Amino acid sequence: MSEQAARLAVRKTYKLFVGGAFPRSESGRSYAVTSSKGDFLANAARASRKDARDAVSAARKAFSGWSGATAYNRGQILYRIAEMLEGRRAQFAAEVVDADGVSAKKAGELVDAAVDRLVWYAGWSDKIGAVLGSANPVAGPYFNLSSPEPTGVVAVVAPPMGPLLGLVSVIAPVIVTGNTCVVVASERAPLPAITLAEVLATSDLPGGVVNILTGSAAEIAPWLAGHMDVNGIDLTGADPELAVTCEELAAENLKRVLRPPAGRVDWLADPGIERMSAFLETKTVWHPIGV
Amino acid sequence: MTTPLAEVASSNSTLRAFLHGLPGVDRVGADARAAMLGTRSIKTTAKKQAVDMAIGMVDLTTLEGADTPGKVRAMCAKAMRPDPGDASVPPVAAVCVYPDLVATAVSALTGSGVKVASVATSFPSGRSSLEVKVTETSLAVAAGASEIDMVIDRGAFLAGDYLKVYEEIVAIKKACGDTHLKVILETGELATYDNVRRASWLAMIAGGDFIKTSTGKVSPAATLPVTLVMLEAVRDFRAATGRQVGVKPAGGIRTTKDAIKYLVLVNETAGPDWLHPDWFRLGASSLLNDLLMQRQKMATGRYAGPDYFTLD
Amino acid sequence: MFEYAPAPESRDIVDIRPSYGLFINGEWVEPQGEERHKTVNPATEEVLAEVAWAGEADVDRAVQAAAKAFPAWSGMPGAERAKYLFRIARIIQERARELAVLETLDNGKPIRESRDVDLPLVAAHFFYYAGWADKLAYAGFGENPRPLGVAGQVIPWNFPLLMLAWKIAPALACGNTVVLKPAETTPLTALAFAEICRQADLPPGVVNIVTGAGETGAALVAHPGVDKVAFTGSTEVGRHIARSLAGTRKKLTLELGGKAANIVFEDAPIDQAVEGVVNGIFFNQGHVCCAGSRLLVQESVAADLLEALKRRLGTLRLGDPLDKNTDIGAINSAEQLAKIRELSEAGEAEGAERWSPSCPIPDRGYWFPPTLFTGVAQSHRIAREEIFGPVLSVLTFRTPAEAVEKANNTPYGLSAGVWTEKGSLMLWAASRLRAGVVWSNTFNRFDPASPFGGFKESGYGREGGRHGLEAYLAV
Repeated sequence: MSEQAARLAVRKTYKLFVGGAFPRSESGRSYAVTSSKGDFLANAARASRKDARDAVSAARKAFSGWSGATAYNRGQILYRIAEMLEGRRAQFAAEVVDADGVSAKKAGELVDAAVDRLVWYAGWSDKIGAVLGSANPVAGPYFNLSSPEPTGVVAVVAPPMGPLLGLVSVIAPVIVTGNTCVVVASERAPLPAITLAEVLATSDLPGGVVNILTGSAAEIAPWLAGHMDVNGIDLTGADPELAVTCEELAAENLKRVLRPPAGRVDWLADPGIERMSAFLETKTVWHPIGV
Repeated sequence: MTTPLAEVASSNSTLRAFLHGLPGVDRVGADARAAMLGTRSIKTTAKKQAVDMAIGMVDLTTLEGADTPGKVRAMCAKAMRPDPGDASVPPVAAVCVYPDLVATAVSALTGSGVKVASVATSFPSGRSSLEVKVTETSLAVAAGASEIDMVIDRGAFLAGDYLKVYEEIVAIKKACGDTHLKVILETGELATYDNVRRASWLAMIAGGDFIKTSTGKVSPAATLPVTLVMLEAVRDFRAATGRQVGVKPAGGIRTTKDAIKYLVLVNETAGPDWLHPDWFRLGASSLLNDLLMQRQKMATGRYAGPDYFTLD
Repeated sequence: MFEYAPAPESRDIVDIRPSYGLFINGEWVEPQGEERHKTVNPATEEVLAEVAWAGEADVDRAVQAAAKAFPAWSGMPGAERAKYLFRIARIIQERARELAVLETLDNGKPIRESRDVDLPLVAAHFFYYAGWADKLAYAGFGENPRPLGVAGQVIPWNFPLLMLAWKIAPALACGNTVVLKPAETTPLTALAFAEICRQADLPPGVVNIVTGAGETGAALVAHPGVDKVAFTGSTEVGRHIARSLAGTRKKLTLELGGKAANIVFEDAPIDQAVEGVVNGIFFNQGHVCCAGSRLLVQESVAADLLEALKRRLGTLRLGDPLDKNTDIGAINSAEQLAKIRELSEAGEAEGAERWSPSCPIPDRGYWFPPTLFTGVAQSHRIAREEIFGPVLSVLTFRTPAEAVEKANNTPYGLSAGVWTEKGSLMLWAASRLRAGVVWSNTFNRFDPASPFGGFKESGYGREGGRHGLEAYLAV
C-alpha cells in the first residue's frame, strides 16, 4: 500500500454567507471555480436574486444593532477580524496562490496587507467622527453640531482582482462606520471570500453585518442596485457596462453611488478616507442656548 | 354521520362520545401533507391574484394593552387604503380590536365596507364568568361590532368538560344575534391535532360561524398543519350538515410566502368555495406591508423597501 | 379693536426692465430662439417682465464661456478669489432692501421674510465662503484640493436668491466657474445678481445665468462640458438627473424633497412648540423642502397643543406680501396652488379633518389659507406626499419609540424637529432620526456655517459649512 493513497482529503463545500449563516443558494445552482492555471478548485454557490433579497433583509435587520453599537465596540470587532485572519495566514496565502497564480511569498505579503488594512480601519471607528464632524459657529444663540452617521445598507461589488486584499479593502471601510453590507465577491476568485466569511463568523461580528454572495456580478448586482431598501452601492468591481446599469437603477431611490475607479487600483497604497466618507451622512443638530 | 348533531350536545357524555368518535389525526401525516402543499410554486398571474386575495382577507389587528383611539384610527385608515400611493390596492376585510375601541373603529370606518371585529369573552385567557363574557359580547355588539372573536374555555376543554365549552359558545352566539361569531380554539394550548379536530367540531356544532386558530398571545400560534386539520373539519362539517363555516388562522403569519401557503392549503383542502373573505381570513398585522411590498415588486420589477409603506 | 394700517414697503426702490436677455460671459445676450416668457407677481398676477428662454445652443454658449473662464479663475490665488466674493457680499448688503422687494414681488413671500431671513442669509453665505477661498488646504480635502471645472446649477423658486447663494458661493470659492439656471417663475433676483457680478468686476464667464424652464435645465445637466451638477428641487427631477448622469464622471449633489416630522413630546415647552410648529410649516407659505409638514404630537397633550395651535393660527396675517406686517404671502404659482388644493381635497376625502382660521383671501393672485388637518394617519396621502404649501398634517403617537418610527417611516430624510425639555430624550431622538438636520426646540434655522442636506430620497451632498466645499472639489 502506498503512503499517498492512505487517506482521501475532506474537501470544503463553499456556500454563501447570509445573516451569519452559511446557506446554499436557494436556486440550488453552483459553478466551477478554477485556479489561475485552469485546474478545478471547487464548486461555488451561484447566488440568485432571491439570495440577494435575503441578504438585504439580513443586512437591514442587523443595521440598528450595528450602527447603534459603540464605535469602540466596532473597532474591537474589526481588530478581532484581523486577529482571526492572521491566524489563518497560511490558508489564505494558499488560496491567493491558487486564485492569482502569484508566488507564495507574494501571497503572504498580500495576506499581511489585508490584516494590516483591517487593523488600520479598526482604529478609525472612534476617530472618523472627529475628522468629519464639526461644531458649527452659527450666528445666533444655538448649539450646532454636525456628525457623520452611517448611510444604512450598502451593496458592494468587490473587485475581481485582489480576492482577499481588495475584498477586505472594500468591506472594512463600509462596516467600520456602522453600515451593514451585501458583498458580491469576485466572480473569478470567490473562494477567499467564503473563507473570509468563516473568519467573520468567528470574530464576534453580529450576523448580517456582512453578507457575502458568490456568483455572477452581472446577474446579482442589478438586483441590489434596484433594491429600494439598499441605501448605497459601491461599484468598485463592476465593469463599465454593469456600472452604468447599476448607477441607473440606483437612481430610483437615490442610492449613494461610489463609481468604479478611473484607473487600476493599487490596493497596497494608502486608501485614504474616501471609502468611508462615501457611505456616511452628515447629521446636524440645532438646539437653543439660554437660561 | 350517524348521530344527528342536534342530539350530540344533550349531555357531556354524548358530546364526549361524539368528539372522541371522530377519526384521529396522524401528526406525521398531517405535517407532511401541509409541508408538501407549502412547496407549491405560485408565480406571475397566480401570485398577483393571490396577493390581492390575501390583502382582502386580512383582519388587520391590534390587541395591545397600549392601544389608544389614535392608534386604532390610524390602523383603520390603513385598512381602508393600505397603500396611499396606489388606489388599486383593495381594502382589507376587517380590523380587529378590543371591545372598548370598537366604537372608535366603527366611526373611523363608516361607509368603507371594512368590518369591525372585536375580541370578547375575557380575551385572551377566557378566564372569567359566563356572565361577564356575555355582557362583554353584548357591549361590543351594541358598540357596532359586526364580528365577535371569542375564546373558548381551554381549561374546561382539557378537563373534558365539553358541555361547558359548548354551552358557553351557544350563550355567546345568542348574545351576538346577527353578528358573526368567530371561535378561537387557541390551538397552541390544545396541544394535539386530535384536540384541534374535536374543538373545531365542538365550535361548529355550537353555532360558530368561523373557527380561528389562535389569540396571537400564545406560541405556537397559527401553523399550516393545524389549519389543515381545521380546514378538513369545515369541509366535513359542510358535507354532514350543509352549513359552511369559515376558517381564520391568526398569529405568526408575517410574509407573503406564508400567506400564499395558506391560500394553497384552502384551495386544496376545503376547496375554492372557501377562497373568499366571507370564509377565510388571515389574522395579522405586519403581514399587510409584506403583501404590499410583494405587490410593488411585481409591478416595478424592483425589490421594495419598508420606507415606502406606512407603519400605523 | 386695534387694526394695523397698511404698512407696505415701497416698490419704487426696484427698477425692473421690461425684458431680460441671458447673462453669458459677462454680457447680456439675446437667445438664439424667439421664445420668451412672462414672469408675474403671484400676489397680483401682474406681469413684471419678460425673460428669455434659453435653448440648447444658448446653454452651450454659456458652458463654453464658463469653460473658457475656468483656467484663469481656478489659477487665481485664493486670496484674490476671496476678495471678489467679499465684494459681492458687500454689494448684496448695500442693495439688500432692493433685492428683498424684488424677491417678494417675483416670489410672493412676505417682505418680512425676504428682508429679515433671505437677504441676510444670502450676504452671510457669500461672506462665509469668501473666507474659505484661500484656506482650502486646511479644509481636510488634501494639501492642494482642485476644483472640478464648470458647475451646472439648477435652483428652485422657493428661495430664489438664497438658493443661488448656496450654489454659487462655494462653487466660486473653490475655483469653479458656473452656469446657473434659476426657476422659471422666479428669475428676477438671479438676473439682478448678474448685475451685481458686473458691479463687482467679476471676470466674464465666471458666472453665467441662463433663464428657462425644465428643458433648459435638462440641457445644462446633459451638457458634456459640465463637470459638476448641483440641483435643488423635487425628488422626481433629482431621480431623473441621477439616472441621466450614470456612466459620466460628472459629480452630483442633490437637495430634494422632504416630509419632515416635527415631534412634540408631552413635556415640551408648549407655547414655544406652537411657535416652532407655526414657523415650521407656515414660514414661506410652506414652500420649504425641510418644512415640518407632519406634526407628531404625543397623544397625552394633543388636545391642548391643538387648541393652542388653532389660537395661534388665528393671529396669522395673510395678504399683501409687501406689507411689513404680513405673515403669509402668496402661493408662488397657479400650478403650485392647484397641487396644494388637490392634496388638501385628498386629505378630506380620506377622512382627515380640515381646519383653517377665518381669514380673508384677496381677490386676485394665488392664495391658500393656513390649513390644519387633524386625525391624520400615516397612510393618508397628506402624510406621505410633499405638499409644499401651508398645510400641516397632525398625527399622534404614544411612546418615544413610536414617534421615531413614524418620523422615519418615509422615503425622505431631510429634516426633523424634536420638542422636549428633557435633554437625554432630545439627544436620544436626534440620534435615531434618519434626517440630515434635526432642530430641537427650534425649527427652520439656517446658517452658512451649518451643513444642510438630506438622508435617503432627500438627496445627497451638503450645502453650508466645511462640508459644503466637498461638492465643488475633486475629492
